[in-house]
Amino acid sequence: MKQVTADVVVIGAGSAGLCAAYQAAHAGADVLVIDENHLPGGQLFKQIHKFFGSRVHYAGTRGYQIGQQLLERVQDSGAKVWLDTLVYGMAHDKTLGVIHQGTHYTVQAQKVIVATGAKENYMAFPGSTLPGVMGAGAAQTMVNIHRVLPGQRVVMLGSGNVGLIVSYQLMQAGADVIALVEGAPKIGGYAVHAAKIRRAGVPIYVGHTITQVLGTNHVEQVEIAAVDAQFTPVPGTEQRLEADTVCLAVGLNPMTELLWMAGCEFCYIPAFGGHVPLHNWDMETTIQGLYVAGDVTGVEEASSAMEEGNMAGIAAAQALGLLDVCDAESRKAEIAARLDVLRSGLFGVRRRTAKQQQLNAMDVSMGGASHNG
Amino acid sequence: MDKNKQDLHKEYFNLGVAFTGVPSQDELAHCPGVPTEMRMQHGRVACIECVQQIPCNPCEGLCKFGAITIGEEITNLPKLHEDNCVGCGLCVAGCPGLAITILDRSYSKREATIDFPFEYLPLPAVGAWVDAVNRAGEVVCKGRILRVLKPESYQGTAVICMAIPQEYLNEVRSMKRLPKQDRRE
Amino acid sequence: MRVTEHPILGPLSPVETVTIYFDGQPICAQEGEPIAAALLNAGVHAFRTTAKRKEPRGIFCAIGRCTDCMMIVDGVPNTRTCITPVRDGMNVQTQHGLAAFGQEENK
Repeated sequence: MKQVTADVVVIGAGSAGLCAAYQAAHAGADVLVIDENHLPGGQLFKQIHKFFGSRVHYAGTRGYQIGQQLLERVQDSGAKVWLDTLVYGMAHDKTLGVIHQGTHYTVQAQKVIVATGAKENYMAFPGSTLPGVMGAGAAQTMVNIHRVLPGQRVVMLGSGNVGLIVSYQLMQAGADVIALVEGAPKIGGYAVHAAKIRRAGVPIYVGHTITQVLGTNHVEQVEIAAVDAQFTPVPGTEQRLEADTVCLAVGLNPMTELLWMAGCEFCYIPAFGGHVPLHNWDMETTIQGLYVAGDVTGVEEASSAMEEGNMAGIAAAQALGLLDVCDAESRKAEIAARLDVLRSGLFGVRRRTAKQQQLNAMDVSMGGASHNG
Repeated sequence: MDKNKQDLHKEYFNLGVAFTGVPSQDELAHCPGVPTEMRMQHGRVACIECVQQIPCNPCEGLCKFGAITIGEEITNLPKLHEDNCVGCGLCVAGCPGLAITILDRSYSKREATIDFPFEYLPLPAVGAWVDAVNRAGEVVCKGRILRVLKPESYQGTAVICMAIPQEYLNEVRSMKRLPKQDRRE
Repeated sequence: MRVTEHPILGPLSPVETVTIYFDGQPICAQEGEPIAAALLNAGVHAFRTTAKRKEPRGIFCAIGRCTDCMMIVDGVPNTRTCITPVRDGMNVQTQHGLAAFGQEENK
């Protein structure tokens, strides 16, 4: 088995990982970025809408263009990128088991930054396993990356920003979205996204769910019904829609497998999509030298993922002694302030509370003392 | 219920944009981005139908005339200073939420115009008659296309200027997508 | 169906096409795209059947996580077709149940 060493290894080349890699490499660290996919960028290249947020950063720029900019910065920074490369395990001493170009490697680094992102939730109902029922992210990948329409008549389940944005993007690619169904009495995502698809004629059924999908080998009909306050379908309210595709946009959950293997401590925060690793403001976990950034720390959105990546990259470089302490501290304070803004307002406050809960749990776990490890 | 009564019924029971995706008359009346009727009669002016606090502020920076302010707190709703607005439309193309239109009641006695963002294909031809739709996507009247702008600086968003009868200006916000078979340019 | 024109991404840039074989039938694919994309474009939605109830399955996550899209690719079963790029002449077969290595078909 071959061995490789680096100052910093970043696992995941998405929004968070690319930012972390750039910051660490820019500070002078020897950085290796590993991603399982054939192309870097994570989910950024699928985001063809203009981003929200502050215009001081990337607001108003389309996601895939942000991805391109991040990628170029990383390439210029001297960081090495291994694509098509699987990290299958992490030992308690942070040693990584890696398969790269068919060869097994052990990779050791002083600092490991895990930015593995999140995956889509599933929801079961009769017919939910039929071909044609897929994650909203899957449909987004198919139309925006591979340029293939998964179907012509789509029913979307879930009105968070993913459900709203993917509905819009499916129409941009030429499909019809015949209904957006949401169990809650209110739309989950931004009103402006909902308004866009309403103007395009998509009916939004709040307080409804999919009761079953019918078809022999493929989706043919979708039955929806109103639900009561306990989310139980109300008999007699069923209606059947002719459709060939059902997209599930029912949340995401962090991909934390490597962190569990490494022995990180976790807490359970439903607002963040499930079990999330404890970490401090530097994004360092309960294991010294093991950092996290992006959706793996709790599902948020791309702008916060990028800022967490910046934070982890700078903190790791600082811990390696590569940055002037005053400079590093002031840059981290700026990032913390930007994260605070991203977690503000009507929609941000739930995430801010969740993040505070996670940071507090870290404090309790560490007893205000130094790391184990 | 006849069509008109049904519409009134729907409007009356619109609890707001968070429930329907369509801003209610009440939300629009309190929205700091919506211009006055008098200003629309003087000529082109931005109408910012952004009624929900989200962290977003590109519109403030896009306006070269100080007609849109948000302030330090980026979740504030954009405020329109209608006397500063020249109706240039840069904000229409730049708003990530596609929530801004340019309205103009001075176009002619019978017709008003609306500039709206449009990110579908095919684009309509100048001079074409299209179906003008309201905030709920319902066809309310015919519109005549006056201009279609899609310069590179708009980053893929087209801004379409459409003439419609004066009486529909407060209702119409977009046009119906054109059928796919016309999609070959 | 291929998205040839797109209001934001522009026209599809021309790439080399290759031929793959789905249960023996030739299918035209774009070089470098995953098998699942080529099959969807060709109107194929059922990629495998389950071991117990013989129910059809297609793509679900499209990022290599859920394993719903597994097929036998050049004789190798349990291949995640959503992240495996096509190759000219590739032999892609519907997988029935838990196919074994080295078998042309699951018996």
